[in-house]
Amino acid sequence: MNTDDLIKSMSADVADREMPMRRAWLLAALAAFGLAATVFFILIGPRADIGAAMQTWRFPFKFVVTLTLAFTAWKAVASLSHPDASRWRALRWLLAAPALIVAAIAVEVLTIPMDQMMPRLVGTNNMLCLVAIPAIGALPLAGFLAVLRHGAPASPGLAGAVAGVFAAAVAATFYAAHCIDDSPLFVALWYSLATLILALVGYAAGRSVARW
Amino acid sequence: MQGKGDADLAVLLRAALAGDEKAYARFLERVAALVRAFARRRIVQGGVDAEDVVQDTLLAIHTKRHTWRPETPVEPWLYAIARYKLIDAFRRKGRHIEVDIDGFADAIPAVQSEETISERDLGRVLDTLSPGQRSVVESISVDGRSIGETAQALNMNETAVRVALHRGLKAIAARFGQ
Repeated sequence: MNTDDLIKSMSADVADREMPMRRAWLLAALAAFGLAATVFFILIGPRADIGAAMQTWRFPFKFVVTLTLAFTAWKAVASLSHPDASRWRALRWLLAAPALIVAAIAVEVLTIPMDQMMPRLVGTNNMLCLVAIPAIGALPLAGFLAVLRHGAPASPGLAGAVAGVFAAAVAATFYAAHCIDDSPLFVALWYSLATLILALVGYAAGRSVARW
Repeated sequence: MQGKGDADLAVLLRAALAGDEKAYARFLERVAALVRAFARRRIVQGGVDAEDVVQDTLLAIHTKRHTWRPETPVEPWLYAIARYKLIDAFRRKGRHIEVDIDGFADAIPAVQSEETISERDLGRVLDTLSPGQRSVVESISVDGRSIGETAQALNMNETAVRVALHRGLKAIAARFGQ
């Protein structure tokens, strides 16, 4: 079969329509929050004193960070699922959430006594954090990888890693409602490690499933 | 930064995405010529057939055409796909080559006959299709029949022909580089 023959068969297939990427990512984001919420309420659920916690600044600030990360990672991975994406333009907004957490750490370090640093950094829930965020984020990550497979990322590994960050941010948004460790020191260390786990899984999976 | 050539391509691709078969065929012919020139400029040694890259790229453009964002120019998108497929082809041949979109512009084009080489990869992939998909794809491509004529010739209904064609092309695209 020569190239002209191939073109004939492809133009005859013009009527077939795939779901546009924008809609696919919107559906994937909605499904991710739904799946994460389901797993969260089955596995751990919110902390008992959530009403009182809302009166502090540290507890609500966790959601500011996780939702910022979720939104920026969503934009980044959606962009990276197109072959002509500019990597830097896609990735630069991912700096927003780390910048927020760095600013919060500065406030924390300036306002709490020195002997409180280590206890707050280590926290009480760190192992649960490392297990719960990947567990809640696993199904969302699978969904995002499916959308990447539907797309055409020029760097499947990188796109998979950002999909992992997105899944971790969605999962962390729910996990933060359970966890009693509200210090930005704890969030910066343990949430980041949990995010790294899903990013690595996403990288490895993306390299195989998102190739085209 | 959108030149005239790109604007024409965008018009054709928009019409194609709205279901215009003739516009789509013209779009693919122009893309084939662009990608052929692109691949020949970059393949300076043997081992990779430019026409294999053209066909692999066309198949990817076909199955991934929903990844074009209508508000963006067409050429960066199609060259990104061509570059991905060219790197893929080099990787398969076990060559490590940096492919830069601006590089190699003056390299000597590899002169190859289009007819003979394209029998190779695509022909091999056609053999892996199910008999039904294969006869539909061959009827439309090699024999040049329309969907309706193919349906009559193979005693199938048109929907079944469309489905077989669509699945067949997807399978060819998935297996081309393996």
